[in-house]
Amino acid sequence: MSDQDINTNAGNDAATVDTAPQGPEHEGASTFRLVATLAVAGALAGLLIVLVNLHTRPIIEKYQAEQLQKAVYEVLPGVERYDTYYLVDGNLTVALPPNAKEKDYKRLYIGHGSDGKVRGVAISKGESGFQDVILLIFGFDPQTGRMSGMKVLDSKETPGLGDKIYKDKAFVQQFFDGPKLPLVGVKAGAGKGLPNEVDTITGATISSRAVIRIINDAMTEWKPVLDRGIPRGTAGSADEGAQP
Amino acid sequence: MRKTTRSEDLVRGIWKENPVLVQMLGLCPALAVTNSVKNALAMSAATFFVICCSSVLVSSCKRFIPNEVRISAYILVIATFVTLADMLLQAYAPVQHKELGAFIALIVVNCMILGRQEAFSAKNTVFRSLLDAMGTGVGFTIALVMMGGFREILGTGSFLDHPLFGPHFEPWVIFVLPAGGFLTLGFILLAMGYIEQRRRDRADKTAEAEASS
Repeated sequence: MSDQDINTNAGNDAATVDTAPQGPEHEGASTFRLVATLAVAGALAGLLIVLVNLHTRPIIEKYQAEQLQKAVYEVLPGVERYDTYYLVDGNLTVALPPNAKEKDYKRLYIGHGSDGKVRGVAISKGESGFQDVILLIFGFDPQTGRMSGMKVLDSKETPGLGDKIYKDKAFVQQFFDGPKLPLVGVKAGAGKGLPNEVDTITGATISSRAVIRIINDAMTEWKPVLDRGIPRGTAGSADEGAQP
Repeated sequence: MRKTTRSEDLVRGIWKENPVLVQMLGLCPALAVTNSVKNALAMSAATFFVICCSSVLVSSCKRFIPNEVRISAYILVIATFVTLADMLLQAYAPVQHKELGAFIALIVVNCMILGRQEAFSAKNTVFRSLLDAMGTGVGFTIALVMMGGFREILGTGSFLDHPLFGPHFEPWVIFVLPAGGFLTLGFILLAMGYIEQRRRDRADKTAEAEASS
């Protein structure tokens, strides 16, 4: 900025309690001008946001897909690979009907060991927590009904309190230690040592209970489907190749 | 009105006219997200970005904004930058975005930012507005880190996630809860008022002594 600029504005400097800015040419602007200014500013702002969104959305989606893939392996330890199964007309299938959009269908992830046997099932579900929806993924063994892991994918829980549902390692670890489904939340130290007990977090009772509720709700929702059995996986996959 | 220098524009917001502790602006984030130093720093960084961008844009467009709709225009500018910051962070710094997630939208309603546009950027050059925004941003950071430090040390027994007191420390949980935010702000303002009064008393005494001698 040149010194001239500063001098012309010097009179108004540091006026933290001053009123409106003094733009002489703006005195009594017409209604049309007011509307037009805001409309143009709004349109420019919208355009800018759309452009940036077009640019960032693919990056964000790619990242989220990678995170999901990583999370599936995390909550199903010891799994070699997994298939995504969609729920189409009440049946589990790996193939979507033609022209169907992937995101319109509920899904779960079925993990196989190196021998091709089903090792675990991972389900992702979001439900309201304390602030907003908590989206999590958890894995379990369908034979024993024991959990093999849980990971919070997205949450806006209170920083410092509710966010302990993914920051408190002791809380998260409980889900990896094979608690039996359906879970029961107990106050830390007040449990009876039952296999389905999970200690809630002091100061984040609502958020930690929400995690337990989401897992139990997902089980209620999917159990009838899973009880009907899991159909064979994708053609040409590792377990298919292992067949004689 | 006394003419101010560029360095005063920069320094003013840091302490003498600290947005949170003196002007009492931006109290919502100052109370809401200061239960740990890390949160305080993350919020300050995002706010710093938004206030600097908004001040530059508002001061460079001030000729085109009619007086009657200036507040709406400022809010539009601020909200746009907050949305952009949100999307860019999510794309290029997803880990930090996850950390900040819940706070980013809060920046729009930070009246400290709107206050600087109205009081300074709307009638000063781009460069001086940027200096003013930077000073205010740093002042905001200092206030938030002070509160965050106080609350994290007492409420969690750690500083920046490093435990300070060993395993036998019983955390004073109230300080990380919302009530603790109000208590902390009260204590800090009390301390500042006390220091300020002492300083003034001393200045008065010196003046008296000079007058009598």
